[in-house]
Amino acid sequence: MATFEITTRSVKGDLKTDTMILNMGPQHPSTHGVLRLELVVDGEVIVDVIPHIGYLHRCFEKHAEQMTNYQQVIPYVDRMDYVAAMGNELAYVLAVEKLLGIEVPERVQYIRVIMAELQRIASHLLAIGTYGLDLGAFTPFLWCFREREKILDLFEITCGARLLYNYIWVGGVSHDLPSEFGKKLKDFLKTFPKALKEINDLLTFNKIFIDRTANVGVLPADVAINYGCSGPMLRGSGVKFDLRKNEPYLVYDRFEFDIPVGEGKMGTVGDCWDRYYVRVREMEESLKIIEQAWEQLPPGDVHSAIPKKVRPPQGEVYFRTENPRGEIGFYIISDGHSASPFRVKARAPSFVNLSVLPEISRGYMIADLVAILGSVDIVLGEVDR
Amino acid sequence: MQANEIYERIKSKFEDAIVEFKADAIVEPYLEVKADRVKDVCEFLRDDPELAFDYLMCLSGVDYGNGTLGVVYHIYSMKHGHRFVLKVKVPIDNPVVQSVESIWKSANWHEREAYDMFGIIFEGHPDLRRILMPYDWPEGSYPLRKDFQVPEFYNGMKVPY
Amino acid sequence: MGLLDKRFETENIIITSVEDVLNWARLSSLWMMQFGLACCAIEMMAASASHFDIMRFGIIPRSSPRQADLMIVAGTVTLKMASRVKRLYEQMPDPKYVISMGSCANCGGPYWEHGYHVLKGVDRVIPVDVYVPGCPPRPEALLEGIIKLREKIRRESLVKKKLPPVYVEEK
Repeated sequence: MATFEITTRSVKGDLKTDTMILNMGPQHPSTHGVLRLELVVDGEVIVDVIPHIGYLHRCFEKHAEQMTNYQQVIPYVDRMDYVAAMGNELAYVLAVEKLLGIEVPERVQYIRVIMAELQRIASHLLAIGTYGLDLGAFTPFLWCFREREKILDLFEITCGARLLYNYIWVGGVSHDLPSEFGKKLKDFLKTFPKALKEINDLLTFNKIFIDRTANVGVLPADVAINYGCSGPMLRGSGVKFDLRKNEPYLVYDRFEFDIPVGEGKMGTVGDCWDRYYVRVREMEESLKIIEQAWEQLPPGDVHSAIPKKVRPPQGEVYFRTENPRGEIGFYIISDGHSASPFRVKARAPSFVNLSVLPEISRGYMIADLVAILGSVDIVLGEVDR
Repeated sequence: MQANEIYERIKSKFEDAIVEFKADAIVEPYLEVKADRVKDVCEFLRDDPELAFDYLMCLSGVDYGNGTLGVVYHIYSMKHGHRFVLKVKVPIDNPVVQSVESIWKSANWHEREAYDMFGIIFEGHPDLRRILMPYDWPEGSYPLRKDFQVPEFYNGMKVPY
Repeated sequence: MGLLDKRFETENIIITSVEDVLNWARLSSLWMMQFGLACCAIEMMAASASHFDIMRFGIIPRSSPRQADLMIVAGTVTLKMASRVKRLYEQMPDPKYVISMGSCANCGGPYWEHGYHVLKGVDRVIPVDVYVPGCPPRPEALLEGIIKLREKIRRESLVKKKLPPVYVEEK
């Protein structure tokens, strides 16, 4: 007969507890892709989070070096942040144009602004739709995707692709806007505020949703800056910093729009709800920009400035733009004689934003981690590149 | 503040740490400093109230191809709205650079990435592991180096097409 | 079974083979593993959202491999992820089907030449039933892949060997 060894713990009666390690991902419905989180938990409370990334490392920087010319990198740039491909193209192309020192026609600049802002709305719709899904609200996901499809239709009639466009080229764009674009855009501009109000009624001011997100994952402004956070992460913490205003590129200085920041309306400044609400408000601001840009859109040729050969002089550039997820920057080194970049480094906003995750999730429950991770809004293609 | 003013300010404090200041470099001027002094320089850049570089935009590893590795720091000041480029170069057989993780936390993952891709060792980094490549990727195989060879097999899976 | 819906006025008996009934049951409720890898996963999400409505094929996303019949490999499989994909496949109960969605999962896609960390085709680790080309495939293409898979399941036999993979043709 087996004898039971009485442990000292049960004899003494003081219940010692120990931390436990829990694996979340790489296949997990709320990690938005293939992220693995190693959680050190004390019961339900998170003691530490160790993110393991790289499950979607697709060697972007190597490909950029190996291509035969600068233009061939654009499709790979698309595939970095696949939810906001236009924004990525824009940042890369602007960096190359700065290195070349060329000016593009006004019409191209306006088209780029319209595309980038439409993409911002589409990306934020996906972000808030899946955020609702993570927290158990299924309907907003369907509504957001309904609206998102309308934007994708606009992209499709312009360049033929739904998700990865290869639309913004060095010196121009691949196609001019088709004739029916204006009517469809106006339809969208007219119906979208209504849809946004519906989503707000359903999700944003829903009591359950507020309970799940307010006062959770609070990110103070100084920590956000020290960790290099950008985009809605930074603005959610109350820092009024937007590259479209602070370092205007394209023709953004000609439009009137606000920079929404987190105000702690439902809880503390910098909590999940603030980050979420910044995204919702940003969509309204993007609508304003698109309306103004469409009114001011000048005529012209979109192909006139496309260079035959892209051979930048020896030098290097770091150019950054405001992507839906934050500051995307491209550091490009040109050696002056070859037709392909010597080195391209992408500063991906999600990569940097994700690094703050352990800092803001300590001390919360495991269920809150899902809310925190969703509010960071990562795209793994960009984290891992 | 313009780049040459920032340079003058650094020069007055760290004359011995400076290798080269290139004012006429294309697109942006940059300053190259010694690899074993970069932490002091960065600390000064962050803490000096006139400079106040509180935001590390980007940290990139570079393989220059001639036996030299490099680290490039793009820094920005939220307070003053100015930017600056800092560079460090090290030989490929002894690629040791001081870590700036204690100054800007965002450097943590960027430095891990530079270690993973180029094998640059960051002295004083709290957790220098591979970040994108698998932890059991062959030792000494750094994908973004110019002389990198794709391994034939990894864990029994054929790697080339 | 739509053909027989509400066709009989009085009680009736249908005679069929066991194989047909099993295949019919299998193809009508393919529960899918909710598991996205890369860009294609966004199109897979679009396919399951309001516009394309994948659920009309009886496909319900499940979070656990233990409850899934169908695995859609949507995106680039990297070397780091390959062993996990294999394990997830092994955790699924039989009969199980795999759709390889997108060029990356088919053969490495745009990463075939310089992708030192990309597995050149998911069929190097798990067997694939249907290949859907495209980068990324449109949701319609994924739907066609699913229809092809249903046709394939309809032709299956209990005792004979497994059918070879089928391809969605590029149009």
